[in-house]
Amino acid sequence: MKGDEVTSEETTPRRNPFSAIGHGIDVMRDWWEHAKVWQRYLVYIGAVVFALILPAPAIGSFMSPGADWTSVLVYPIGTYILLAVGLNVVVGQAGLLDLGFVAFFAIGGYNVAYFGTQYHWNYWATVVMGIAMAAVSGVILGAPTLRLRGDYLAIVTLGFGEIVRITANNADVIGGARGITNVPHPPPIFGTKFLLDPAPYYYLMIVAIALVIIFSVRLQKSRVGRAWAAIREDEDAAELMGVPTFKFKLLAFAIGAMIGGLAGGVYAGKAVFIEPNTFPFILSATILAAVVLGGSGNLPGVILGAFLIGWLPERFRDFAEYRILIFGGVLVLMMALRPEGLLPSRRRKAELREGTGGMGAMGAEVAGPTTEASAEVNQ
Amino acid sequence: MLQDFLNQILPSTVGGLVIGSIYALVALGYTMVYGVLRLINFAHSEIFMIGTFASLVLLTAIAPAAPATFGIAMIGTLLLCMVVSAIASGGAAVLLETVAYRPLRKRGATKLAALISAIGASIFLQELFALEIIPWLTDKPGRNQASAPRFVPRDELFHIGNAAVRLDHVIVIIAAVLVMIALDQTVSKTRIGRGIRATAQDPEAAVLMGVSIDNIVRVTFLLGGAMAGVAGALYLMEIENTVFNVGFVLGIKAFTAAVLGGIGNLRGALLGGIVLGLIENWGAIFLGSQWKDVIAFTVLVIVLMFRPTGILGESLQRARA
Repeated sequence: MKGDEVTSEETTPRRNPFSAIGHGIDVMRDWWEHAKVWQRYLVYIGAVVFALILPAPAIGSFMSPGADWTSVLVYPIGTYILLAVGLNVVVGQAGLLDLGFVAFFAIGGYNVAYFGTQYHWNYWATVVMGIAMAAVSGVILGAPTLRLRGDYLAIVTLGFGEIVRITANNADVIGGARGITNVPHPPPIFGTKFLLDPAPYYYLMIVAIALVIIFSVRLQKSRVGRAWAAIREDEDAAELMGVPTFKFKLLAFAIGAMIGGLAGGVYAGKAVFIEPNTFPFILSATILAAVVLGGSGNLPGVILGAFLIGWLPERFRDFAEYRILIFGGVLVLMMALRPEGLLPSRRRKAELREGTGGMGAMGAEVAGPTTEASAEVNQ
Repeated sequence: MLQDFLNQILPSTVGGLVIGSIYALVALGYTMVYGVLRLINFAHSEIFMIGTFASLVLLTAIAPAAPATFGIAMIGTLLLCMVVSAIASGGAAVLLETVAYRPLRKRGATKLAALISAIGASIFLQELFALEIIPWLTDKPGRNQASAPRFVPRDELFHIGNAAVRLDHVIVIIAAVLVMIALDQTVSKTRIGRGIRATAQDPEAAVLMGVSIDNIVRVTFLLGGAMAGVAGALYLMEIENTVFNVGFVLGIKAFTAAVLGGIGNLRGALLGGIVLGLIENWGAIFLGSQWKDVIAFTVLVIVLMFRPTGILGESLQRARA
């Protein structure tokens, strides 16, 4: 059985500075796999309670002494988590590298801002519109490019991200370089008004994140998620087994884009104003760093990664200027030492050891006597 | 509209050829690494950036106090710039390969991992220059542009219709073409070039024939990096300022040029660079120069849709000697 093989590989000692963490995670994962339903629900309730009390000032004074903790929880932390869960569908689940994810965030944000200010649409309608527009642009971008080799896709998506930003910069209809100001806030829900206080936005963000997580988990466990895993591991084999790979890749792209659009909508509701420079390439790279750092393909890992990448620069503001430099270095180190991320899924870890699970292997790579690939053959 | 176009077509063509030559030089690095490793060297744009700064440091150091005139001193300075930038960029490319790619290659990691590692290296280098090196060079904190002194005069040599062709235009195009011919000859005639082609064609057979893959990969990065360095020197001479993210958009365009010509194909890179330079300059006549980048990226998407193998096809593998 596939699962047994993976487990036996886990027990082999690894020369890796992270292996102690890895062991603790494995213990927790084993417990989770055999946990009863009520135990699982206890954990879910615990997570919700944790999310509800997280903005408490007592926690905030430690977590974010320099800035308002609840605001920090909405942006960057919450927004990053939402974006990372969306990008995880594309990168982690389907194994496609998208370097222009921020474009969908921008499309969602601009929809809320444009239709809210020009046509005074209801906020929720503009969010839905933003999600739909993001999905449509995901399909428009994906349809011609998803037939290509994976690394071409990376560059095309990067170009797309820039096209969206430059277009927003040059198009006077949506404010050009000045952007759109006075973006309307969401209307009150149950008497809770969305004004300057960040708390309502935080709870709105929590609802959005929870919905997206549930959606993402259900997808992963469905036929669609299995098809994505098959595509990620070996696209040709998946196609031969009757998986319509192009269709599923396009679906991954569209769903990732929708989550990105949702994040943009929620962000715009609080931000009051939106300008092209809110959506630079470096934000795409940051979200990618979050997904990879946490453990692409594994939701708890991705959330942890996004949390860390959103929180650390806020907590250590003295180093905030250096945060992008540090991201860059961490990405390189991570790929060299622990490519599967902090909290990887077992399957993903096994894939990375076998050299599958990401656009195939590099060229000019001949397995020598020391590489792991040939060691496996010898066993 | 048509009158505008006719008035501007010739000057745009000159501009397109100049910037296209620089795209072509940078594209060579993408194409060579792709040919050998089947990998987009995402950090190549930063190798180009390092080339511009190497020239900048040199020019600031020897600070030609005399007004820029054409002569032996100018040609000597230009050659020196190109050599210094080529060495700096080539060295940086080899270092990049050693740090960001070699450990992954040895472990048999996936392309996705290598690409992410390259993005990390790219971000790291950009920020290193933005936060440390440029403030140190310009003596000003913050994310500054850095300007270079002029050493090539902007003399108009001759006119084609209403387009003035200046000395610096001619120098960029001639230098780029000469360097590319040298590279093409190196790859097709020398022993190391044969090694590169063999590795691109079939790495396993190349190993069996006694080619050292590690050396070939290193030389590939060195040559590609040196080309980007020369491009950096020429860019600095022409544009006269540089910034930490100068390579970002230029890198995507150079990659577009490589794909347009047929990735893995050295002569394709030249053709792709020139064609892209012309398309974006001609397109800018109609749409305005703020849309140049969008035009270039759209070209990339269209090429990939309709002819992903590029104009000349992919052929570092095919022996052409």
